[in-house]
Amino acid sequence: MSERPCVLHAENISMQFGGVLAVHDLTMDVYEHEVVALIGPNGAGKTTAFNAITGVYEPTNGAVWFCGEKIIENHPQGKMKKLYAGGHNGEYRHVIAKTPDRLTKLGMARTFQNIRLFKSMTVFDNVLTAKHLRRTSNLFTAALRLNYKEEARQRKETLELLELVGLADVKDELATSLPYGKQRKLEIARALATNPKLLLLDEPAAGMNPQETVELSEFIVEIRKKFDLTILLIEHHMNLVMDISDRIYVIDFGKEIAAGTPAEIQSNQRVIDAYLGVADDE
Amino acid sequence: MKETFWEKNKRAICNLALVLVLLAAVIAIDLLAPTTSMWFSVLRKVFTFALAAVSMNLLNGFTGLFSLGQAGFMLLGAYTYAIFTIPVELRASVFRNYGASLIQFQMPIVPALLCAGIVAAVFAFLIGLPVLRLKSDYLAIATLGFAEIVRGLVQLQNFGPLTNGPDPINKFTAPEHIWIYALIAGTCILLIILIVNSTYGRAFKAIRDDEIAAEAMGINLASHKQLSFITSSFFCGIAGAMLAMCNSSVSSVSFTTSMTYQILLVVVIGGIGSISGSMIAAFIYYASSEWWLKFLDLETYTAAGARVPLLGPGFRMVVFSVLIMIVVLFFRTGIMGTREISVYDFFAKLFSKKGGAAK
Repeated sequence: MSERPCVLHAENISMQFGGVLAVHDLTMDVYEHEVVALIGPNGAGKTTAFNAITGVYEPTNGAVWFCGEKIIENHPQGKMKKLYAGGHNGEYRHVIAKTPDRLTKLGMARTFQNIRLFKSMTVFDNVLTAKHLRRTSNLFTAALRLNYKEEARQRKETLELLELVGLADVKDELATSLPYGKQRKLEIARALATNPKLLLLDEPAAGMNPQETVELSEFIVEIRKKFDLTILLIEHHMNLVMDISDRIYVIDFGKEIAAGTPAEIQSNQRVIDAYLGVADDE
Repeated sequence: MKETFWEKNKRAICNLALVLVLLAAVIAIDLLAPTTSMWFSVLRKVFTFALAAVSMNLLNGFTGLFSLGQAGFMLLGAYTYAIFTIPVELRASVFRNYGASLIQFQMPIVPALLCAGIVAAVFAFLIGLPVLRLKSDYLAIATLGFAEIVRGLVQLQNFGPLTNGPDPINKFTAPEHIWIYALIAGTCILLIILIVNSTYGRAFKAIRDDEIAAEAMGINLASHKQLSFITSSFFCGIAGAMLAMCNSSVSSVSFTTSMTYQILLVVVIGGIGSISGSMIAAFIYYASSEWWLKFLDLETYTAAGARVPLLGPGFRMVVFSVLIMIVVLFFRTGIMGTREISVYDFFAKLFSKKGGAAK
């Protein structure tokens, strides 16, 4: 596994809000073409960790590398210097905080736990808008339609992408008028339109019934193959996680309690204690 | 090949036809109407405020930035245009209280208009740097403050040689023909339409719909907001220059906050996010407030000599306000909502209905 190049390397990520240490010295690696899942009981800090890695939050301490490039680094500052309760204090000296749009340009695309589509736009325009970041035009050339070749190419690619994910038949419908499962698919398609290397999925199966969940896991496996993707996902549906993940990180109270293959995690006593032992339906 | 071209562009072609018909109508009015006709003053104002409303719509309706700085940018545009187009020989008489004008050259209309837009855009760039970090109401208050500051600044005695202080600027070049106004406003609105339908327009709409998602899709929020703010202010500056032409006198006291509210009202009545809506609303608003409802302000007597009750100075605004309330109540999203006029779709619907009835 480790011979493959490392796509995402997060090191000693800590995220502290006031006195609450939401994420505590989390270290994780995602290698090329892997599907890695981040799981944990409710309130374990999964989404916070996710947001700290994707630039939505600045982590209190720690650093993140993406394809060998350092994209995030921070250390406790100001009041946090005294308050900071995590480890590895003083190891990180620089502050690097790339905004989400720059990370997306580098090749990290994400979806959201609560679907965030562009409400007033059609399915087609939602995906086409995600092509904006690879533009070569400026406001003048775009307004005067001097970029018509690029525009035509973007439209063609968008159509192809929609056909690939099976949304071509609803392309002129308003994004919000789609059924829930298709909105999820559209959000993933929109993320794919940015040509990512790493796709980050925040609870993609949230609110889905078992049938939709099965379809989703098939869909994720399919796009991973077609687009040569590396995937990091947060998920509650254990069936989905165990089906598609190569490796799993389990966190509880912000700390990593286990890491390994689905089989290892399923038999790990700490995980069972923390999570699976108390969950009755999964 | 020919058919696919028609299929692709049929809506644009039909709308272009409508625009040409309207332009022909404007030229006809210009040539045929008696010089005392209300059409002249009303249409000038309509074109000016249609452009102002559309440029405000670009920012408020399409990018979702609630800014109320329009009067300030229009003032900058108006002053720039007026100062640059006073004939050199008349400058001494205009700036008589301040010795001489700082600027001793005269520009033709088109470069002066561009300068008006550029000055407004440069100020927008400077103001935008700190102000665009704010959201919704706070942004509105900050831009409103900017407009008031600009209005106060140009009145300062120290700026007298440049802005003529609190005294109005007049004697600058102003075109007579209304089709010139139509052409300026039309060109600018066309450019805004092209921007809105370009990849940048989509990015603006994405920011309006969901900032977090837009940023996650690689759209740089700061630079795109700034771009939208500058573009909108550029056209606002040109609208200001057009207002200077209409009034043939520029005075900072006329660029009040209430003017911004008028433009906002036009945008809301027309539909936030609809360019054709803004244009239609501008026409309805200014035609009725300046012309069709004027009779309400006059004391009127019936044939028998009795005075018609209520009619008199100030009553026009009462009726007008009631009308606006009715419009807002019955058209919750404005006249057009977020739709645009499509002549093709209108006729297609009309004929398909008739066809259906014939069967």
